Amino acid sequence: MSILVDKNSKVIVQGITGRDGKFHTQQMLSYGTKIVAGVTPGKSGQNVEGVPVFNTVQDAVQETGADTSIIYVPPPFAGDAIYEAAAAGVGLIICITEGIPALEMVSVYAQLQNTDSRLIGPNCPGVITPGESKVGIMPGHIHKPGHVGVVSRSGTLTYEIVHQLTSADIGQSTCLGIGGDPIIGTTFIDALSLYEDDPDTHAVVMIGEIGGSDEEKAADFVKSHMKTPVVGFIAGRTAPPGKRMGHAGAIISGGTGTAEEKISALNAADIPVADRSIDVVELVRERL
Amino acid sequence: MNIHEFQAKDIFARFGTPIPPGSVARTATEAKEIAEEIGKTVVVKAQVHVGGRGKAGGVKLAETPDEAFEKAEQILGMDIKGLTVKQVLVTEAVDIAHEAYVGVIMDRQTKRPVFMVSAAGGIDIEEVARDTPEKIHKLAVDPFLGLLPYQARDLAFKLYDDPKVANQAARVLTQLYLSFMSSDASLAEINPLVTTPDGRVLAVDGKMNIDDSALYKQPDIEEMRDPDSETAAEIEARKAGLSFVKLDGDIGCVVNGAGLAMATMDLVKYYGGAPANFLDIGGSSNPDKVVSAMNIITSDPKVKAILFNIFGGITRCDDVANGIVSALATIAKGPGGPLKLPIVIRLTGTNEEEGRRILNEVELVASDNMADAVQQAISLSQS
Repeated sequence: MSILVDKNSKVIVQGITGRDGKFHTQQMLSYGTKIVAGVTPGKSGQNVEGVPVFNTVQDAVQETGADTSIIYVPPPFAGDAIYEAAAAGVGLIICITEGIPALEMVSVYAQLQNTDSRLIGPNCPGVITPGESKVGIMPGHIHKPGHVGVVSRSGTLTYEIVHQLTSADIGQSTCLGIGGDPIIGTTFIDALSLYEDDPDTHAVVMIGEIGGSDEEKAADFVKSHMKTPVVGFIAGRTAPPGKRMGHAGAIISGGTGTAEEKISALNAADIPVADRSIDVVELVRERL
Repeated sequence: MNIHEFQAKDIFARFGTPIPPGSVARTATEAKEIAEEIGKTVVVKAQVHVGGRGKAGGVKLAETPDEAFEKAEQILGMDIKGLTVKQVLVTEAVDIAHEAYVGVIMDRQTKRPVFMVSAAGGIDIEEVARDTPEKIHKLAVDPFLGLLPYQARDLAFKLYDDPKVANQAARVLTQLYLSFMSSDASLAEINPLVTTPDGRVLAVDGKMNIDDSALYKQPDIEEMRDPDSETAAEIEARKAGLSFVKLDGDIGCVVNGAGLAMATMDLVKYYGGAPANFLDIGGSSNPDKVVSAMNIITSDPKVKAILFNIFGGITRCDDVANGIVSALATIAKGPGGPLKLPIVIRLTGTNEEEGRRILNEVELVASDNMADAVQQAISLSQS
């Protein structure tokens, strides 16, 4: 088992005819992901890598029974793409797009509360269940099927840690990037509770970073609700206050959101935190 | 992006919020002229993107235009927390009976705009928030409904007993919400919101931060960007689409991805080195970005070694390698001749072999291990 996506996930790609959409459609197909349709308004009837393109998400869902959508639409149109997927009843919406205005995400998030859809991201690498389905932009070959869940606010740092896990012969159940923006659809707590309910996830790696207080809330959740062991890594120990470190959400503001605070909150919940990203492997091995 | 006090107050005024008359000056003579026009006691206020201006001596009263000249001369050029004052706001001094704090922030927890108001406004609001948080009233706003009139009244009555004053404040709160929403702000605050002895409510100081992701649809606000608030390296980084933050160390870092870039800095520190910067070249595969990154890093005289840490995903290792080679060629043609700094490169992931081959042609070697690369960069920076 796994969380969120598996070999049965039927995926549509919103923005499939764009440069990124096209490239990653091909990458996901070659990983074995079931891409059943693409959506680009006005390009119905075309196909990309053999995948039929529809004008609307509604049409694509009706024709193919898709349950998952991945969005590669540029920032000015990405919020609308999320609304459209939710209105068409897509259960899992994964938004890769970076740079959606936060106020727009406030409305999108509020509207999603009125639907049954779950949003991952935006500004995230997506989700992969190794050996079954890759719905994202991560390099597939560094992953390996197994029993460790990985959840992270970052992209390449996650690849780094997954790569080390795989090199140490530790496979993953599902790896999930929740996104580097301040307003995101799925938080650490949401992800952790999914892993807790997944019998095939035997340990979880939580990769946090400076900014906000999601890691602190997650630490409380782990302490009160989880039996599955969790190990942590926090990026940004050397980040200065008041500066945005690449991700829109990675900023220490008003003295809160520091790496020290997060590390001590995790430690207080008995979650060991690796000093270096390479130390994650050893911490995981001790807990499997 | 931060905007200055006078710019934030201009936005508030557009929505009808009363502000004291005033104007911005870049010279003491201009400050004097503005004071003459106002014809009353004025305040001369440093316009820099940092809090605590008053405590640092950047805010002074002037009773006459000549005094305004004198105070402006003292403040212009002053250094406040590392920033040089290039302009001052000259504004009418207001008699103060009471100071409140009113602000809206983009709240990550509730995922909504949240109002924070307190009757205990003024320069010590941060201490109030820390020591007596019960004195700060909060309200999360439904983005589809906006701030409803009863909610604005409710907040206003938490600040004032006098209904006439509360009604004015309720209007200011509604206007503040509109300013926040229409500007795509992440923060908009009035501190202090002053009540005068004759019962008028005025925004005497204001602050706004704007969501960088929304600037593409806020051309008027993009115009407000203060070129003096950015260094040449920051401007080059922004134009090239790089995320860059200058730090104090001597290892120049070029990384793809924000999380990995932070983890790289942290690892440099872990092994006893000091990172010179945070620099994320992003997810795209554009060799030009690598060239810009090299320019920015080599323009910092403190840098003693350059460390590339690339985990190829969407970013292709061969593109990064081409970028490095072309940047080195450009630098070699420049006035300083070939680059004298040691470069350590870590490449893993998409098109790794091709990347290595390109680097080998110019006698550069790439490691595939992050910890090794970091330690090597530190040892080269010390030799």
